Amino acid sequence: MRSAREALTASRRAPLLSALGIVTIAFSLFAFGLFGLVAINIRKALDEVEERVEVRAFLSDSADIEAVAAAMKDIGDFPEVLRIDYVSKEKALERARKEMGEFADVFEAGVLPASIEVHLRPGMRSPSSVRSVADRMKTYSFIDDVRYGEEWVEKLYRLRNIATVAGIALGVAFAAVAIIIIGATIRMTVLARAKEISIMRLVGATDMFIRLPFLIDGLVKGVLGGLLALVFVWVANRVVNEYFMQTIFFDRQLIFLGVVGGAVMGVLGSLFSVGRHLRRI
Amino acid sequence: MIRLTDVAKEYPRSGVALAQISFEVKKGEFVYLTGPSGSGKTTILRLLYMDDKPSQGEVWINGVSSKNATGREISRLRRRLGIVFQDFRLLEDRSAEANVRFALEVTGAPKATIRAKVTRVLTQVGLASKATSFPRELSGGEQQRVAIARALINDPFVLIADEPTGNLDERATRSVFQLLRDINSSGTAVIMATHDLDLVRRSNYRTIELNHGRVVFDSSESPASERPIEEPWEVRETPPDSTEQI
Ligand SMILES: Nc1ncnc2c1ncn2[C@@H]1O[C@H](COP(=O)(O)OP(=O)(O)O)[C@@H](O)[C@H]1O
Ligand SMILES: [Mg+2]
Repeated sequence: MRSAREALTASRRAPLLSALGIVTIAFSLFAFGLFGLVAINIRKALDEVEERVEVRAFLSDSADIEAVAAAMKDIGDFPEVLRIDYVSKEKALERARKEMGEFADVFEAGVLPASIEVHLRPGMRSPSSVRSVADRMKTYSFIDDVRYGEEWVEKLYRLRNIATVAGIALGVAFAAVAIIIIGATIRMTVLARAKEISIMRLVGATDMFIRLPFLIDGLVKGVLGGLLALVFVWVANRVVNEYFMQTIFFDRQLIFLGVVGGAVMGVLGSLFSVGRHLRRI
Repeated sequence: MIRLTDVAKEYPRSGVALAQISFEVKKGEFVYLTGPSGSGKTTILRLLYMDDKPSQGEVWINGVSSKNATGREISRLRRRLGIVFQDFRLLEDRSAEANVRFALEVTGAPKATIRAKVTRVLTQVGLASKATSFPRELSGGEQQRVAIARALINDPFVLIADEPTGNLDERATRSVFQLLRDINSSGTAVIMATHDLDLVRRSNYRTIELNHGRVVFDSSESPASERPIEEPWEVRETPPDSTEQI
């Protein structure tokens, strides 16, 4: 309680410094948040594209209907498989005609083979699991060919991996900047209160007691900076939505995580700087 | 209660500040620590409240040893000490009362007792009527008495004062000396570093004199006649030690 009061008193005594600290933290987290927003939107786009990942097996003309039905049941029981559909020759022709529009007459009945279409479960769409499903399907004698666009699946995954790594790298860099800034503002408060601290030492206040107000200060600054950054990111998102494209915003958990992240950065920043500077007073 | 055993202190840049210091201070004793500036008075006091550790030897104070004291033990020890400086070290943005209260609050003392204690010590130092004054509204002597009140707030077993009258005029000096004597007569030990030899000579209290970091005289060990009183003190006080100019 007293520590909280001390922390607030300190902020009231140096309002400009504290405001500056919070705003710089907000800007760091804002940059972090913008990247996060881009990342979740890329991710969402990828997820949508990914839904179309499917494995298609073309059946030979001589395929026995009952054997195909049994195989479909087997394949449908693969753990990776979400849904399996049978596409008859007629349906394939109908689809092709629809897609080709004016060139529809090129196709004649019987030209296109029947096939089965397999949709995979989310999380089971990585190149390796797609390949493994395809390989198992190839073992049926009446399946002529299996296609799943290997290259395309792999590219998609590489893109996502790059996005993840870049996100983590930038996030860590921004977090480090935020921690350093908080550390610096708290160091200024420590120095401004050097006399007070030396008297506290002299009359027998414990180190933890001396440190606590600064940790609370860092915590409060981190949370406020986080909330301010959240407002900035929200406004930026609205602007993009209004003038450029449809985007999604963070869900509740991510918002909470961001504010907690700010708090953690604030506490870390003050721990680093207070630990070092209290020793010297 | 307080014992220094063969204590030496060496600073990296200025060299030997103290050598072969051994003495004891008993419960309730009054001790003057004298000697020219740079002779090591402040260094001894800092070793007593464990602001620093000796390079050699051992300082024992109230059951805490300089050899193995933890941070928590040092904090607890300091709550049983009163420390006073030449420059008062009051917080300028708080009233006399708030300065005194500060020492209790930051050690987590129970709230209920704070008010009564603050009033008691301010009365003891004769400043009850100036409780709400800020340091800048008080004379030097009054500020030092606020600092003494703050030092007394935890009922210390010893009051450590480093040239408490160094910034005061003669009248204020005399009244602070008298106050410290009163405090001592109520049972608190006092260890006071001072330059003010007139007042030291006039009293019968134990005197330990330092020169170049060594004890050159301790009135508890030698009869008063052996005191090197013939030497003119002024000569040894000025010019200050060359080491101090570093
Ligand atoms: N923190 C320090 N670092 C280096 N040298 C110091 C320090 N404190 C004191 N000294 C040196 O130790 C010697 C004794 O100083 P001090 O104890 O302050 O003397 P006094 O209080 O009697 O004037 C001096 O030579 C001084 O320069
Ligand atoms: Mg001194």
